[in-house]
Amino acid sequence: MQKPNAIAADAITAGAQPPARSWLSKALEGRNTLGGLFMLPAAAVLLIFLTYPLALGVWLGFTDTTIGRPGQFIGLENYEALWDDTVFWLAVFNTLLYTSVASVFKFALGLWLALLLNERLPFKAFIRAIVLLPWVVPTVLSAIAFWWIYDAQFSIISWALIQIGLIDAPINFLGDATNARASVIAANVWRGIPFVAITLLAGLQTIPQSLYEAATLDGASSWQRFRYITLPMLTPIIAVVMTFSVLFTFTDFQLIYVLTRGGPVNATHLMATLSFQRAIPGGQLGEGAAIAVAMIPFLLSAILFSYFGLQRRRWQQGGRDA
Amino acid sequence: MTKFTRRDALKLGAGATAAAGLTSMFGAAPAAAQDAFTPEAGASLRVLRWSPFVKGDEESWIANTKKFTEKTGVEVRIDKESWEDIRPKAAVAANVGSGPDIMFVWFDDPFQYPDKLLDVTDLAAGLGKKYGGWYDGPAAYATKDGRNIGLPLAVIGNAVCYRESWVKEAGFSEFPKDTAGFLELCKALKAKGHPAGFPHGHAVGDGNNYAHWLLWSHGGKTVDESGKAAINSPETIAALKYAAELYKTFIPGTESWLDVNNNRAFLAGEIGLTANGVSLYYAAKNDPKLADMAKDIRTTAFPVGPVGKPVELYQTTSTVIFKYTKFPKAAQAYLQFMFDDAQMNAWIQASSGYCCQTLKAYAANPVWTADPNHAPYAKASEQLRPNGFAGPLGYASAAVMGDYVLVDMFAEVVTGQRTPEEAAKRAETRINRYYKV
Repeated sequence: MQKPNAIAADAITAGAQPPARSWLSKALEGRNTLGGLFMLPAAAVLLIFLTYPLALGVWLGFTDTTIGRPGQFIGLENYEALWDDTVFWLAVFNTLLYTSVASVFKFALGLWLALLLNERLPFKAFIRAIVLLPWVVPTVLSAIAFWWIYDAQFSIISWALIQIGLIDAPINFLGDATNARASVIAANVWRGIPFVAITLLAGLQTIPQSLYEAATLDGASSWQRFRYITLPMLTPIIAVVMTFSVLFTFTDFQLIYVLTRGGPVNATHLMATLSFQRAIPGGQLGEGAAIAVAMIPFLLSAILFSYFGLQRRRWQQGGRDA
Repeated sequence: MTKFTRRDALKLGAGATAAAGLTSMFGAAPAAAQDAFTPEAGASLRVLRWSPFVKGDEESWIANTKKFTEKTGVEVRIDKESWEDIRPKAAVAANVGSGPDIMFVWFDDPFQYPDKLLDVTDLAAGLGKKYGGWYDGPAAYATKDGRNIGLPLAVIGNAVCYRESWVKEAGFSEFPKDTAGFLELCKALKAKGHPAGFPHGHAVGDGNNYAHWLLWSHGGKTVDESGKAAINSPETIAALKYAAELYKTFIPGTESWLDVNNNRAFLAGEIGLTANGVSLYYAAKNDPKLADMAKDIRTTAFPVGPVGKPVELYQTTSTVIFKYTKFPKAAQAYLQFMFDDAQMNAWIQASSGYCCQTLKAYAANPVWTADPNHAPYAKASEQLRPNGFAGPLGYASAAVMGDYVLVDMFAEVVTGQRTPEEAAKRAETRINRYYKV
């Protein structure tokens, strides 16, 4: 151990100033620099894997790039062409119909299932695991199963109904425009319910039992308990779940591609499938990108609605905006 | 100034060794051609092909490739993808400049990225000279501005497949040769409970084949020679009206059919008549449970329409070499080897009539007479008319087919969504978008 006067001697030797630190060590000790440095890897990942592809997609939408040929900047020409393209507008209509109808059903059935699963049930864990199955099975696999279920000649539904004697000929599930839309929506709902149900179930389990007990003591009916306790407490979760659900549904591709490839006569073409069809088999990368970019405003409005609408405290508490 | 480095010297030495090996391989070919396709030292190749439809095709291709590796020492890896995934994979390879050296592509794919493909004009000319020349139809899919951007590999023939006993039961002793008689046959079959079935859904192969036959057999065309839309014509209207009549004889649900549906319905005995590659016949022939059906299956060419001669789209596949390959000479040597008679004849034969030759000399292959049901597929290359007739092949023709413009036009009319006149007008608008009018 050094003696105190020895330390003083050292300090004199080194001069009256404290030891000079390099600019690097100074910078590294700075809170902002260090924070920035720690965020760099994440920022790089975001830039490379999210921002760049998105920006490239947006840029391609302004060019006439085709497969194998770099394109020229053509401004809004792709969008002008799409504006006059009835197939594009049909795909927009289909996408909105598909998303809105499927989302409503997924929400209603998912919430119902979550409420059921929240009750005291025998084999609760097992049943919950089973419920998740449609979500776990790869989409392509379940789509192929639905393809058989909806087959024009070999549908099991048609077969069963014919056996019972309710119908004479197989149902034209995917050949008729209305039937085809209903069929693909039903398949999407089947697949999407577990996600909504299990997430809402998690939300339900965070609601304190004491609230229900108090409400019961006050004489609240089961509808009132649902309306004034469950629903407001669940709204933040609903907002998040439904935002995701709407986004997944709006951008659905695999189900349509396997079941109908957009047919019959484009009745089930979604913006995502049309974008792929034009960009890859059709070779028009620029136009395909423009269709994909045209999805962004819809997706953004869904997100904004969720964040600025559903998450408002007033709405959650059952009130209205002033 | 030309520099001669140690690396060049090594290359030359290795090249000479490989060339010596190849001399025996290519027999009496001119010395210049041999040198041109001498594999580079240490070369290895990656081939991406479509998944086979008949087992023998793949086995034979692999066996031939093995022979090539034994003779040249060039390792060749063969990958396969579902045939519908070939276009996106090839597009990605062309765009990023990396991937397989050689690819089997479909239709006008080579015209989507001609600048990224190796010019194989010398190779094509040599093979053409040696084997009686290339058929015009498939050659058009691999030639741009007089230069070969690929080698046409095969045409997948499409023929009408029917049950002979049912046709006889319907009162027809022989299969009608023209479209009018064909309609009568389909009506009679339907009356006997054996409807016909052709896909009106987005079936990439069968849907496009059927739509193009309907249009072309009636003299219709998508565009004229200059690439101007010519779809809205009396010939198209006639084709649409004919399609609507024929559709009445179909099994319900064909608007939703994709490529596999007609096979399933035919093999289940639900339909009496459809069109397909020879694979449909083999699916029945190779299944002991369907032995009786296989004996009853007959194949025949599509009936000739008012245009007076058979004109079909058919699936055409070409081999292309990407410019980015590190071993362009090995790649060309490989294709030269595979197109030579010993290998090509074995491959055509093993494909059981599924792959029709693109070089005329191979029309004498015994496979075409081995089974009467092979015969209609033998003329596929001869009857083939390139996509986008009568205009040039290119981005627009590929896009029109990729967007199912013709398939949709016929589906709109047969399902009663539009009148023939409205559907033709709408198809014209869609075609104009791609041909930038």
